Amino acid sequence: MMDQAPGSLSAHDRASRNLQLTGDGQLRHFITLDGLDRVMLTDILDTADSFIEVGERTIKKVPLLRGRTVVNLFFESSTRTRSTFELAAKRLSADVLNLDINTSATSKGESLSDTLLNLEAMASDMFVVRHSQSGAPHFIAESVTPGVAIINAGDGRHAHPTQAMLDMLTIRQNKHRFEGLKVAVVGDILHSRVARSQIRALQTLGAEEVRLIAPGTLLPADVDSLGCTVEYDMRKGMADLDVVIMLRLQKERMEGALLPSEREFYRLYGLDTEKLALAKPDCIVMHPGPINRGVEIESAVADGPQSVILSQVTNGIAIRMAVMSMAMSGQVAERAGRSRQQGGEQ
Amino acid sequence: MTSETDPRTHQRESDTVMTDLPAVPALLDEIELGLRRYLNERDIQRPLLVGIRTGGVWVASELHRRLGLEEPWGELDISFYRDDFSRIGLNPRVTPSHLPFETEGRDLVLVDDVVMSGRTIRAAMNELFDYGRPSSISLVALLDMGGRELPIQPDVCGERLSLPPSRRVKLVGPEPLALELREVKA
Amino acid sequence: MSASLRIDNARLSVSEGPVSLLVRDGIIQAMGAEAITESAGRVIDAGGLTLLPGFVDLCCNLREPGNGQKGNIASETRAAARGGFTTVCASPDTSPVNDSGAVTNLIRDVARSSAAVRVLPVGAATRGLAGELLSDMVGLSNAGCVAFSNGTHAMANARILRRCMAYARTFDLTLMLQPVNQALAADGYAHDGKVAARLGLLGVPEVAETASVMEMLLLAEETGVRLHLGQLSCARSVEMVAEARSRGVAVTADVAMHQLVFTEEALSGFDSRYHVVPPLRTEADRKALLKGVEDGVIDAIVSQHQPHDSAAKQAPLGITEPGMSTVESLFSMGLNLVQQEELSLKALVRAMTDGPAAVIGQTSGLEPGRAANFSLWSLGDSWQAGPPSLISRGVHVPVPGQALKGVIRWTVCDGRVTYQPS
Repeated sequence: MMDQAPGSLSAHDRASRNLQLTGDGQLRHFITLDGLDRVMLTDILDTADSFIEVGERTIKKVPLLRGRTVVNLFFESSTRTRSTFELAAKRLSADVLNLDINTSATSKGESLSDTLLNLEAMASDMFVVRHSQSGAPHFIAESVTPGVAIINAGDGRHAHPTQAMLDMLTIRQNKHRFEGLKVAVVGDILHSRVARSQIRALQTLGAEEVRLIAPGTLLPADVDSLGCTVEYDMRKGMADLDVVIMLRLQKERMEGALLPSEREFYRLYGLDTEKLALAKPDCIVMHPGPINRGVEIESAVADGPQSVILSQVTNGIAIRMAVMSMAMSGQVAERAGRSRQQGGEQ
Repeated sequence: MTSETDPRTHQRESDTVMTDLPAVPALLDEIELGLRRYLNERDIQRPLLVGIRTGGVWVASELHRRLGLEEPWGELDISFYRDDFSRIGLNPRVTPSHLPFETEGRDLVLVDDVVMSGRTIRAAMNELFDYGRPSSISLVALLDMGGRELPIQPDVCGERLSLPPSRRVKLVGPEPLALELREVKA
Repeated sequence: MSASLRIDNARLSVSEGPVSLLVRDGIIQAMGAEAITESAGRVIDAGGLTLLPGFVDLCCNLREPGNGQKGNIASETRAAARGGFTTVCASPDTSPVNDSGAVTNLIRDVARSSAAVRVLPVGAATRGLAGELLSDMVGLSNAGCVAFSNGTHAMANARILRRCMAYARTFDLTLMLQPVNQALAADGYAHDGKVAARLGLLGVPEVAETASVMEMLLLAEETGVRLHLGQLSCARSVEMVAEARSRGVAVTADVAMHQLVFTEEALSGFDSRYHVVPPLRTEADRKALLKGVEDGVIDAIVSQHQPHDSAAKQAPLGITEPGMSTVESLFSMGLNLVQQEELSLKALVRAMTDGPAAVIGQTSGLEPGRAANFSLWSLGDSWQAGPPSLISRGVHVPVPGQALKGVIRWTVCDGRVTYQPS
């Protein structure tokens, strides 16, 4: 307020940075990559490297979150993502509760709040949240259960930050740097929370160019504001690429008149051997899965030497272990700070 | 190699309180001798050295050189095994542990710079067991500061020291290795 | 004598010297030297205060009948009186919808016994606001509806819209429509711009409004209906209204105050209080809307007051109910714009008094013989809007905790004091 001109009115400030970080800059929620700097993202990748080493041991488990309760709150079902979060939490020795909540039963905000408050009362330390609405994890962290660490496992079209960070880990393992990299994200950018988080991560970590390759119907209206280059012609767009990330295409895009057919989409935007040959020879191919073979990508490419799709799965567990332990650590530090403060006031 | 005779050591940090600390090369001589004797007594032919980050790794690499071992030494980062996570959280600079060998059925020698409460050694042993079941684990430390909180004792140690509770010894290095005395802030 | 009231030493915003004003039987009897010599039952010394005509709101949701948990006629008109209003048009999206004379009569009956301002019901243009069947507009007009609106709902198609206009034209009724092409707006709840792109919000493109404005203007020109476009949000809409008006189309327009203050950036933190329909748009749109008010292309600033219970906003952004509680802080938000030199005080006052009054065929202003509707403000002071100081049941104010210019001291409606310092 003090730095504003007299009389100017501003929208109520709810910057995501303040929400996710403790007073001294530690992670306490992991909701979006917005507001996290390069140092923080690098710390996450480094910590994940340590967890990859743990995954290679006879006993792939560390006692970090022993006695903590992690609740997987999936308002939108996803066996795959939930399994990796569950495995990550168990490898951190946490107690894990899986809740698949039918969204129709909680479409009213009040019952969503009630559900969460009940879970908080059961001494939950962390919620891993997947929700069909953009901003749902923000809402929970801000208004419902601020004392519980919130990990975003995908919200609407907004963000899927753990997926993006595991992709960054995969890129770093293969390219050993981000500076100078040209990375393309191909396909349904408009509806993709994964793409939004990947763009943010690549920009923060210093990639030279993030290129979006898609037809106009699958791009956001104000795509220019995202700071990427846009290419409608995939053959042109493959030039000089170090990394190509294919997005999953949902069947319902045909029904909404966004695309004519899977066949035409594959012909124009599917990654086949011929199009891949237009990129750099050491260009790696990524896909967040599950793959629609013959829709986004040719089998020979998905299973080929340039594909790193399987290592993405291994990295997913390590990244989730990293952000869960870091966020829990921030919550712990904050609780310790709170109790010190209360002690001082007495 | 440096020692407390190096005048620069005394100026390293203005808040460092120096008393007569033993010279590191002498301590290394002591534990090398002790370890040779110990391994001989136990008839351990092919020990594997494992240093605890960061000071223990420096000591382990020096011992490794002096003993002329062929197999590499290992490095442990015990951040994931500490028992004070609920008080201080995760070490923000955790790096991967690195054990470039199979531990199953082997004789491991755990190396640390300073042993005090024994909690670090407890964490390190927990971590080692997640790699497999070793035949034995021995403990070597440059200094034993007393103040034990767990039933853990070094098998070989350079020297026993007793300090007031407000002071701690830290190994700085790696080139040169030296001991520093620090005041613990309340 | 007992029903008389005299105001002394008040300043009119346009002139310099203090004036007196005498009210008797709800009517301004005299002003100036003539007034001061008269005795009155009650005398208010308005030294240092500014006297303004009572404000008129063309779009206000009073939530009665039906939504008692969000507000009612008594609570929301008291809030309006505190905002300096003396007349509010009650939007038809109540429960049940105001699409029959019975509902209109109910609103007027409750208003007569409990309202702190004049309540002018706006009737539903189509039954149930469904956009498909015409409501009994003439019957509703006879019951007291001053205009007809379809709330925030679109007409089913252009044919219904055209017939609705032709019917209203036949009986010289005013249509107050919020332009929206529902197929283009779809499930959106945010401006389809950079914030929506970044946060993955479902967008309402600008063309969802502008295509509808164009369609409505063409149909209004053809049918000759008196059309009022409500809650414009786009620069292009203002241009099209100005162009149509220059060709003699009988069109007027309003804008909600929050569109003059905020932009799409307000949703950066997913804050549901800034979920409004139409959505907050770009800085360029905001500037064009301000210019539209300044130039008089936009006739009125409205509150689009939508009080909510906390549950309505306590959910992820996209499934919250739109709207905010604005009627108490509206003029102060405008004064902040004046202080920022984004709007002149003259244009602000006009857009809250004469402008909206003319749209519904009413008069406004401080002259002997007119209804005693006015308010007294301490323009130099400031205050903060937010619970617990608010009267409205709706707690979702747009600028909680920020310094708002202009503190209201008194409101008088039809000669009756409807707000005074406690």
